[in-house]
Amino acid sequence: MRRNLWRRFSSSFAAGVMYALTILALVPLGLVLWFTVTKGLPSVANLEFFLNSQRPSGIPGGGIANAIVGSAVIVALASLAAIPIGVLSGVYLAEYGAGRWANWVRLASDVLVGAPSIALGLFAYALVVVPQHHFSGTAASVALAILMLPVVIRTTESAVGLIPNGLRESGLALGLPRWRVSLQLILPAAAPGVITGALLAVARAAGETAPVLFTALGNQRLSFDPNHPMSTLPLVVFRDALTPYKDLQQEAWGAALVLVVMVLFINLGSRWVLRRQIRLARQL
Amino acid sequence: MAAAVDSTVVVPASIPRPPDRYRTFTAVISWAAPASLILIVVVLLQQAWPSVVRFGPGFIIGQDWNQVTNTFGALPFIFGTVVTSAIALVIALPVGIAVAVLLAEPGAQGLRGALGTGIELLAAIPSVVYGIWALYVLAPWALLHIETPITDHLAAIPFLGGIPRQTSLFTAALVLAVMILPTLSAVSRDVIRAVPRGLRESTVALGATWWETIWKVILPAARAGIFGATVLALGRALAETVAVAMVIGNRPEIPHSIFAPGYTLAAVIANEFVEATGEIYQGALVEIGLVLILVTLTVNVLALILVHSAKARAAV
Repeated sequence: MRRNLWRRFSSSFAAGVMYALTILALVPLGLVLWFTVTKGLPSVANLEFFLNSQRPSGIPGGGIANAIVGSAVIVALASLAAIPIGVLSGVYLAEYGAGRWANWVRLASDVLVGAPSIALGLFAYALVVVPQHHFSGTAASVALAILMLPVVIRTTESAVGLIPNGLRESGLALGLPRWRVSLQLILPAAAPGVITGALLAVARAAGETAPVLFTALGNQRLSFDPNHPMSTLPLVVFRDALTPYKDLQQEAWGAALVLVVMVLFINLGSRWVLRRQIRLARQL
Repeated sequence: MAAAVDSTVVVPASIPRPPDRYRTFTAVISWAAPASLILIVVVLLQQAWPSVVRFGPGFIIGQDWNQVTNTFGALPFIFGTVVTSAIALVIALPVGIAVAVLLAEPGAQGLRGALGTGIELLAAIPSVVYGIWALYVLAPWALLHIETPITDHLAAIPFLGGIPRQTSLFTAALVLAVMILPTLSAVSRDVIRAVPRGLRESTVALGATWWETIWKVILPAARAGIFGATVLALGRALAETVAVAMVIGNRPEIPHSIFAPGYTLAAVIANEFVEATGEIYQGALVEIGLVLILVTLTVNVLALILVHSAKARAAV
């Protein structure tokens, strides 16, 4: 009897420890969000922060407009390359993905997800910056496109895989060629999942610093030309945070808050859409 | 799943099937991922060649990092990378497994879903945000409440002495621990979920308590997969760049204490590449990148094999 009591007690005790550790795991999330919001708010509360470009320390009125534009242009260019290629690769894996080649593609994209992003930066530097002899937004886009590619491939594959076979079979039974079944029937049905996958990839690319460091390099002035150096939001956070100047550090916290809000918005939104998609697919 | 169509559509033998050009087209497109992986390694090797030729295999064990004399060795960075990742794993492993066990429990998904979302959001936060938080919030706190007490009382133990610093190997390891936690717990959760239900149920039926079921049956059954998750998390830790670069102190030497500044492979590229002049110096930095990518690729492939085989075995 006493042995059973001891067993029950130790089980509850272990459960308590497990719960405590799990709460401990969530503490950093709370702390990061809390400090980014409280320290970033003073910057973001000022509309000039979004309208002006960066200014040197000591000159008031500095903002991050140049970085927002830079991030937008660079990530848009990267998406233009990565999303179509990624979606078609993902469709291939879902439609014809039984063979050995498909497994190589899967392995490559799984490995590519874990590839150090700084190495992608070195690669884009060698491929674009060296031949052009100058830093550019395009070079950063090349690095970020490779970063996005595996995310888009794998999310597309799983989104298309969720579509019930009946839809494909009815299309084929009507005499539609495979490409039309795939692109006009299956892909639209899987669109919410594919789009959220693409958005997650965009969020990931927009938050990356390492591949942008020596490709886009950074630019204090507002520039829309991807053939020139550009700044991005993570670059502002990275460079300003490491300066000894209080006003630039404040700017870094503001940029960090903008980044976090964007990333959380995309992530929570996509989670919601994906859950709906899975529920809808079950009903089909 | 999708391939089942091929076998269900019956094509009469007499009519030759037209070539599926759509299949060929998408197959060619899907070359992009493997091709870029190979291309990255080839291009980095080519860029690093001046350094590879100059230093040979001695590059890996060289301890000098001197731009003036043009002698470069990667050992301090390899040391920093390995030590920070190892400490991060030691910190993150118990927490990650606890999270995974709770998330994998059957039933009552409401609270668990929120918990899982929280952990996954940890993975979504950009590393530079972790960096600025670690630099201004975590590092001062850790210096006061962890590093100073330990160096005061446990200095006799090797690697725990010296003068504690805000920017140190240990601070970097702390941030890394937070950053690899989502990978660790999400993959472990999937592996634990793949453990057959019957195993859990029969153990409970024999009268085992919750903890006995977890500790003596579930975790041993999921052991190989959890090991795979750990290796995957190790790969993430090795590759992490900017968050580490912001708090590790950037000193290219092998320190005598984990509370002293150090350097990692990824961080030195991030900090020095733009200013690197000369073929040898740049080549050495790219060679560091090459070492980094080859190590992480190996680690990742190993982890994927472990996780896949663990899931496949559990499914049987």
